[in-house]
Amino acid sequence: MAKKLPKVDVVVVGVGWGGGIIASELTKQGLTVVGLERGKERKTEDYFMVHDELRYALRYELMQDLSKETITFRSKPSVRALPMRSYGSFLLGTGLGGSGVHWNGQTFRFLPYDFEIRSKTIERYGEKKFPDGMTIQDWGITYDELEPYFDRFEQMAGISGEENPLGGKRSKPYPTPPMKMPPALKMFAEATKKMNLHPYMMPSANLSEAYTNPDGVSRAACQYCGFCERFGCEYGAKADPVVTVIPVAKKTGKFEIRTHSHVRRILHDGKKATGVMYTDVTTGEDIEQPADIVVLTSYVFNNTRLLLMSNLGRPYDPNTGKGVIGKNYAYQVIRGGAIGFYEDREFNVFAGAGALGMTIDDYNGDNFDHSDLNFIHGANISISQTGQRPIGNNKVPAGVPGWGKEFKAASIKYYTRTLSVGAQGACMPFRHHFLDLDPTYKDVFGDPLMRITFDFEEQDRQLAAYCADRCGEIIKEMGAADKIEVNRKLGPYDITPYQSTHNTGGVIMGSSPDTSAVNNYLQMWDAENVFVVGASAFPHNSGYNPTGTMGALSYRAAEGILKYSKSGGGLLV
Amino acid sequence: MLEQHEKQDQPVSRRNFLKNSGLVLGGLVVGGVAGSLLRTQQGPQQPGAATAPAADFNQALMYFTGEQFRVIEAACERIFPEDELGPGAKALGAAYFIDHQLAGEWGFNARDYMQGPFYPGEATQGYQGRLKRREIFDIGIQEMNNYSNSLEGKKFYELTPEQQDTVLKAFETDEVKLTTISASAFFAMLRATTLEGVYSDPLYGGNKNMDGWRMKSFPGNQMAYTQIIEQEGLAKMEPLSLRDHQHG
Repeated sequence: MAKKLPKVDVVVVGVGWGGGIIASELTKQGLTVVGLERGKERKTEDYFMVHDELRYALRYELMQDLSKETITFRSKPSVRALPMRSYGSFLLGTGLGGSGVHWNGQTFRFLPYDFEIRSKTIERYGEKKFPDGMTIQDWGITYDELEPYFDRFEQMAGISGEENPLGGKRSKPYPTPPMKMPPALKMFAEATKKMNLHPYMMPSANLSEAYTNPDGVSRAACQYCGFCERFGCEYGAKADPVVTVIPVAKKTGKFEIRTHSHVRRILHDGKKATGVMYTDVTTGEDIEQPADIVVLTSYVFNNTRLLLMSNLGRPYDPNTGKGVIGKNYAYQVIRGGAIGFYEDREFNVFAGAGALGMTIDDYNGDNFDHSDLNFIHGANISISQTGQRPIGNNKVPAGVPGWGKEFKAASIKYYTRTLSVGAQGACMPFRHHFLDLDPTYKDVFGDPLMRITFDFEEQDRQLAAYCADRCGEIIKEMGAADKIEVNRKLGPYDITPYQSTHNTGGVIMGSSPDTSAVNNYLQMWDAENVFVVGASAFPHNSGYNPTGTMGALSYRAAEGILKYSKSGGGLLV
Repeated sequence: MLEQHEKQDQPVSRRNFLKNSGLVLGGLVVGGVAGSLLRTQQGPQQPGAATAPAADFNQALMYFTGEQFRVIEAACERIFPEDELGPGAKALGAAYFIDHQLAGEWGFNARDYMQGPFYPGEATQGYQGRLKRREIFDIGIQEMNNYSNSLEGKKFYELTPEQQDTVLKAFETDEVKLTTISASAFFAMLRATTLEGVYSDPLYGGNKNMDGWRMKSFPGNQMAYTQIIEQEGLAKMEPLSLRDHQHG
């Protein structure tokens, strides 16, 4: 029998970006919020020894312990799904701040096209442009409607950047100027300008200068130390929930964080949630936390999994296309880039910052004509200098063996003489790409693991090859590259090499309960006091990192929760 | 020509770093780690401590038998050999690094999902075996000796370097047929851990004296690169290790 605690206004499941933003916005308005976080507490002081590639980048210090919980994966329903036994394709965050701690800080806004992708594609190319099974849909919100929330996220995080000449309209400039520009970025800017493309500095949460945000939180400037992605920031320069929104919520005295509290069920009466059940992982005790409003703010997989395990919402059925929970799982098409090897130039590749980059959107979204192309959408093409560490960076030109004397010489020589231009491709949803509960494999509590059914499609292969060619043209124009290698070929989706922690979908937003799980306040159509916040709400994934858009949606959801709480109930849309 | 910056690119001293980096906002130190650096003081050197060549107490075995260690040390050295550029994996202590890694949680796959049922999967589904990394090494090392014996009637570490390469290539390409483990997967793990031993912080037992980093012009654990981030050409710096962070 679970211990039952006194009721609170709001319970937040997972305290990363989503949970932190919701908690700060709600507690500022006087609501009491309990944040349940399965992992441990984190603070800036924890990163004293953070410049340790082995511990953080290769032994995954900050990531979820897979011995306790993982996911299973299959390429299609006829294949047996098997557990991801060790890390590869993506890295699952855990602990206070969640994935918001180990991100790079690349903070883009999705394009206006993204939010109305179905309508706009039909408008320009007709419905026949969609291949069989592609289930793209409009998001139920426009870019213009979401713009103020993008701005709030950027002001809070102190994003450093300059206007994207091909992006949506901005109501305000970025709060801090762009990052410093190393030689490689200058080369990219000059080359792309010469090609009549539109380069701009990558919007960065690494902070180009000291900044005090509208909540009064002050942070120091980035030092370009080169340890960002997979690491926590020892300066608090990289915006993460622990150094921004969480302290704001705590200061109100209305936010209680319970770490080591693993939420396992949403409790409900079929129409509304009554609270959540969680296990205190330090004692094994099951505890019931009643609440007026339940907000799921964990990662994509656990948002979806909790709903399915709790029998809340209608599970998606890929055979009929009916149901919504688990629908439109998407990823990122990362293959499709070009590498240049330079004989007579060296670069300080070890220095950098997670979001130090120069980028173009000429081949992203619908910024270029797709009439004669066999795919829709595109990719953000960029050069970035995130800081290359020595174990993970041993590129050698094709034909050089992977070990031995020749490898040693080439890997050392080209460590400082290699630049790459990469494409971060959008990923469209398909009817047979989805999330459901695995029938066989269990987590440490005996609950079913999330099962991913996903593979790359012809759409993805065409997109990757097209963008790879564009990357090749740019690196060629960047000059002096004596050897250029273009990676055009996208194979089957493989869970073993790292690609990107940009998993999306599963609890998608939209304008109709028939095709979506949540409305444009991320409120569940089928349970009005449940809000599901995260990239789980994306009906497809764009050619960008997701956090900026996810952050904007979190502010939008916070506003919806406040409205819901004041109005005393009902669907907001 | 690119080396001309060498002189001015000395690693940033901690005091200068704090002064220059904008970490102090109106007298308030922002960021806990940087704050604790402010309090750091170098202790006085013990008389005589600097002159006595210290034994490397880290170079003792936690997991391997002596026989296993000899095989791994010889194999690492072929993967990353000593040459005119500098030391190889052996001198850098990569075999000790691997030994120490296998002794700990990584060797036990402590943070991997190791529950059954076990089925052979597709390559895109990743490793699906029930063996732990230390068990894979045990088998792989034994098989390297077996294969060497079948070719030359000798242990792996008794072969000439060229013969050792032949054996390693046979593992890399699955020319060696093993029933318990994948020869190529074992080789990939051996290669990856060798590079880890060459380039990880010396605190783990490899990258001795930071010479792996020095060869590669990787400056290790530097507090900041604001001073060189916009600079053309390679900034040569003497590397620093995590030990340079005083944590008392």
